[in-house]
Amino acid sequence: MELTELESSLREQAIRTSLMAGKPKLYYFNGRGRMESVRWLLAAAGIEFVEEFLETREQYEKLLQDGALLFQQVPMVEIDGMKMVQTRAILGYIAAKHNLYGKNLKERALIDMYVEGTRDLMDLIRVHHKFSSEEQEKNLALINERATARYFPVYEKVLKDHGTEFLVGNQLTWADVQLIEAILMVEEKVSTILSKFPLLQDFKTRMCNIPTIKKFLQPGSQRKPPPDESYVVTANRVFNRK
Amino acid sequence: MAGKPKLYYFDGRGKMESVRWLLAAAGVEFEEELLETREQYEKLLQDGALMFQQVPMVEIDGMKLVQTRAILNYIAATHNLCGRDLKERALIDMYVEGTTDLMQLILMFPFLSAEDKEKQHALIVQKATNRYFPAYEKVLRDHGQDYLVGNQFSWADIHLFEAILMVEEKKCDVLSEFPQLQMFKARISNMPRIKKFLEPGSQRKPIPDDKYVETVRRVLQMYYNVKASV
Repeated sequence: MELTELESSLREQAIRTSLMAGKPKLYYFNGRGRMESVRWLLAAAGIEFVEEFLETREQYEKLLQDGALLFQQVPMVEIDGMKMVQTRAILGYIAAKHNLYGKNLKERALIDMYVEGTRDLMDLIRVHHKFSSEEQEKNLALINERATARYFPVYEKVLKDHGTEFLVGNQLTWADVQLIEAILMVEEKVSTILSKFPLLQDFKTRMCNIPTIKKFLQPGSQRKPPPDESYVVTANRVFNRK
Repeated sequence: MAGKPKLYYFDGRGKMESVRWLLAAAGVEFEEELLETREQYEKLLQDGALMFQQVPMVEIDGMKLVQTRAILNYIAATHNLCGRDLKERALIDMYVEGTTDLMQLILMFPFLSAEDKEKQHALIVQKATNRYFPAYEKVLRDHGQDYLVGNQFSWADIHLFEAILMVEEKKCDVLSEFPQLQMFKARISNMPRIKKFLEPGSQRKPIPDDKYVETVRRVLQMYYNVKASV
C-alpha cells in the first residue's frame, strides 16, 4: 500500500510522539535557572528528556488555567504520569528512581546534607544576574568566600577522609552530580576557585569523564548557557515583572 | 541521655520548629541545647560540629545532621512518615516544599522593620489564601481522605498543620474559605501526640519576640538588615 505524503508525515509524527511518550518533559524558560539541576541529573542518569520553553505570558497562563502548576510556579516536569513541581521534589524523585540516592537511610541523609549545601551555593549564583553592577561586585565576593571558606572545604574533606571517588558510598549519587554542577558554575565566575582544592580538581576531572556527563558537556546538548539579557527579559515578561 | 536526638538551636521557633513538630508527631522524645551566647556557637564551630557552620543541627543516631530538609527527611523516613512508594514520596515532597515556602515568609517576619512587617503580613496572607491553601484544599476535596497522601498520616500532614497554625497567628480567620482545611485542622489537632504537643509545658516554642531576635543576632552576628520578600 502506498501512503500519501500527508499520511506518511502523520505516521512519522505518531511514531515520534509515541517514542517521546516515555520521556520526561520539562516546562521552563530556555535557560538555566532552577531547572538546570534537573537537566544535569537526568543527563547524568542517561535519561533522555524533552523541553517546552516558556516564551510568552500566554503559555504560562494556559498552564495555570489547565491546573498544571500546583503552586502556580515552574519548574514543572511531567514524569511517570505526574506533573511534578518544586525542584527538590523533582530531583529527589529522579535520584530515587535511578539509584542515585544512596543504599540506605544514612547514605540518604549524607546526600541530603551535601545537596542542600551545593544548592545554597548555587542559589547565590542563580540570582547574580538580577543585581545591579555594584551589588554584583559584592555578590561575587560572597560567592568566592562561601565557596572557598564554607562549602568546598567540606567536600574536599569528605573526599580526603574516605579516599573514594565519590562523595557517598563509593558510587555515583545525586550529591556528586550536583557538586560538579556547582563547581563548574562557580568556575564561570571565579576561574581559579579550585586552586586550593586538589581533591576537588581530581573529582572534577573524573566526573567530566563519565560518559553521560561528558556528553552533556558537549555543544549541542540540552545544557543551557549562563543567563544573558534575553533570558532576563523573557522571565520578566512571562511573570509580568518590571 | 543516650538514644534521644539532641537539637542545637536558639530558644525559639526558627527553622528548628518543624523538626520539633515532626519528632513530637512521631512520638520521639528529644533534648535541646539552646544557644544563648556567641561563645557556645563558636565552640560548636571549633569542634567541627556544624558542617556548613550553621544551625539547625541535630545529633541523631550517631550523626550530626545539618540542613533542615536533611534532618526532616531522615526523621520522616525512619518513622514511616514519608509514604509507601516513590510516587507517594514525590507527592509528600511537593506538598512539604510548598508549606516550607509559605513558612519561610513567616520565618523572617520578626527580623523586619515595622514598615516591612506590614508588607510581609499582607504577602503572607495573600500567598496563603491565593496560592497554598487552595492547593491543599483541592487535594483533600479531590480524594476525600483524611490525610494528604496515600490515606495515611505523613510528614506532609504535620507540616501543613504547622503552617496553618502559623498563618492563623497572623490572621485568625484565614481558613474561613477552606472547609476541608478546617476539618483537616480539627482532625490533626485531635491526634494524641499532637494534642500533647499543643499543651502548655511541651517543647513547642512560642511566637518569636524581640528577645529571640536579639539572641539570634547576638549569637550569629547576622540578620541585622532583613528586608521584606518581594
